[in-house]
Amino acid sequence: MKLGRDWPLYLIGIVVFLWTIIPIYHLLIIALSPQQEAVASGLFPRNPTTHNFELVLGAKHNMVQFFWSQLGASVFIAVMVALITLVIGACANFAITRIRIKGGRTITNIALLTYLIPAAFLAIPMYKTMGAYGLVDNPWSLIFAMVALASPYAIWVMNQAATKIPRELDEAAKIDGASTMQIFRYVYLPLMVPTMVAIGTYALLLAWNEYLYAFLMLATENRLTLSVALGNFLAFDDAPWALLMATGVIYALPPTAIYYAFRRYMVSGLTAGAVKS
Amino acid sequence: MSSVVLPAPAQAPPRKGLSEETFWGIVLLVPYFAVFALFVVFPVLYGIWIGSSPSAYRKLFEDPVFLSTIVNTIVFLLVAVNVKMVIALGLSAFFLHEKAWIRWLSVLFLIAWAMPSIPTILSFRWMLNPEWGMLNALLFKWFQIDGPGWLTERHYGLGWAIIVHIWKSLPFWTLILLAGRMGIPKDLYESAAVDGATRWQTFRYVSWPSLRGLYLTCVLLSTIWSLGDFNSVYLLTGGGPIDSTHVLATLGIRYLRMDQVDVALASIIVAMPAILPIVWYMMKRLSAEHTQD
Repeated sequence: MKLGRDWPLYLIGIVVFLWTIIPIYHLLIIALSPQQEAVASGLFPRNPTTHNFELVLGAKHNMVQFFWSQLGASVFIAVMVALITLVIGACANFAITRIRIKGGRTITNIALLTYLIPAAFLAIPMYKTMGAYGLVDNPWSLIFAMVALASPYAIWVMNQAATKIPRELDEAAKIDGASTMQIFRYVYLPLMVPTMVAIGTYALLLAWNEYLYAFLMLATENRLTLSVALGNFLAFDDAPWALLMATGVIYALPPTAIYYAFRRYMVSGLTAGAVKS
Repeated sequence: MSSVVLPAPAQAPPRKGLSEETFWGIVLLVPYFAVFALFVVFPVLYGIWIGSSPSAYRKLFEDPVFLSTIVNTIVFLLVAVNVKMVIALGLSAFFLHEKAWIRWLSVLFLIAWAMPSIPTILSFRWMLNPEWGMLNALLFKWFQIDGPGWLTERHYGLGWAIIVHIWKSLPFWTLILLAGRMGIPKDLYESAAVDGATRWQTFRYVSWPSLRGLYLTCVLLSTIWSLGDFNSVYLLTGGGPIDSTHVLATLGIRYLRMDQVDVALASIIVAMPAILPIVWYMMKRLSAEHTQD
């Protein structure tokens, strides 16, 4: 083997691999361990079992009794955030890049200012604001908060994609007598589908993964999102860790799978912006 | 296929008042404006208003936890951001290699970023449990060392919070810097190689000048986002033991939970002198970039 010249690469590769995999591997082996053995820590589970997963999926333990309604809450909130972000983002983007409304650049820049407020700092006044709007412990408070956080990125990425659509298409449609909204519906939207997939996925994952805002804004136990329910395990000193890890695995699987399924779309939008700046 | 060619409205002289286009442009912007006004602008103003009572600042400065939190936050930011960005810069060069196994590794490497952070942070937390966690169990089994209370001592706790934070966000920044490196023309490297440049010289005179701007942007953005990282500290140490590992992101929530909203906002507003210059600089960069287009 010609290990010689490439050995630093292999060394880095091994370190990167271990660094990435250790916390995930640990998560999996604890999830597969019997309750009593989650404490007996070796590198391999001695008696691997799917019992924890059965408990979670059957909601057969008082820590996971609301599993299905919490999963439902997570799905509902994530889907709503994705849909609303897409609608708001597409409308704003069409006005900025196709209608070329005056000050479109400035609007985008001001929207992006949202990301210069540290998330945990905005969360506190946001929580008080939701109280003022009468939305405390209401899933819509979390939905609106996440839409506000997802939309600027949506508009920014869509701006870059939309400028690649030739203006001649709009002109041609106009000459054929199309109204502005017909151009929106029949010219703009079909061409934006790949970008919309990326943005929808991004918003969906952002909402599904969110912990802090959900933790502040939701309170009723059976209407929590799964992320908050997971954090709440910690309130108990003798938390059933194997069960917690199994719930964590189930919670982490859908977004990870979706991410990898749409990886190409997601990464290209992000990096296109990075190279420009 | 339309049979009748209409006179092109685009060539008509602009009408006075709102054209159909401008009207729709404004209507289509209304939803975002509403969201931005209701859920960004209003909370910010409301927060400034709540956090404007002098008594809140008096309470904040009298709290001994505040001072240690400031120290923790500065350490967290300096170490986490710089270590993360230097590693990301190095790894981006590693992932540039066109080898199949490295490409596969880069796909796997992204998983830390793709996965939600809660399960892995909790996995770290259990791994680091002094009595039952895997780390101390293996330390004892392999080296007969009694590991310390990783999360029950201030310095270890904060150190692990930094590691967890880096673990989560490293793939993102590596990806950004990798994209930056891919934008550097290949012939620059080829001519450097022809001139017999060493590896360091190639980095110093070819890669770095092209990456410098992007790297600075990444450091500034990462500073702001790390300042807002609540999960890495809260879910790992909960700010403990005895409130010694709080950072500003968790301290505000601590006051909120204690029903002291004014103090919570005061603790945020005191960080503004550090944040606002970054915000100002980033906005200047953004608008400069746009005028170049």
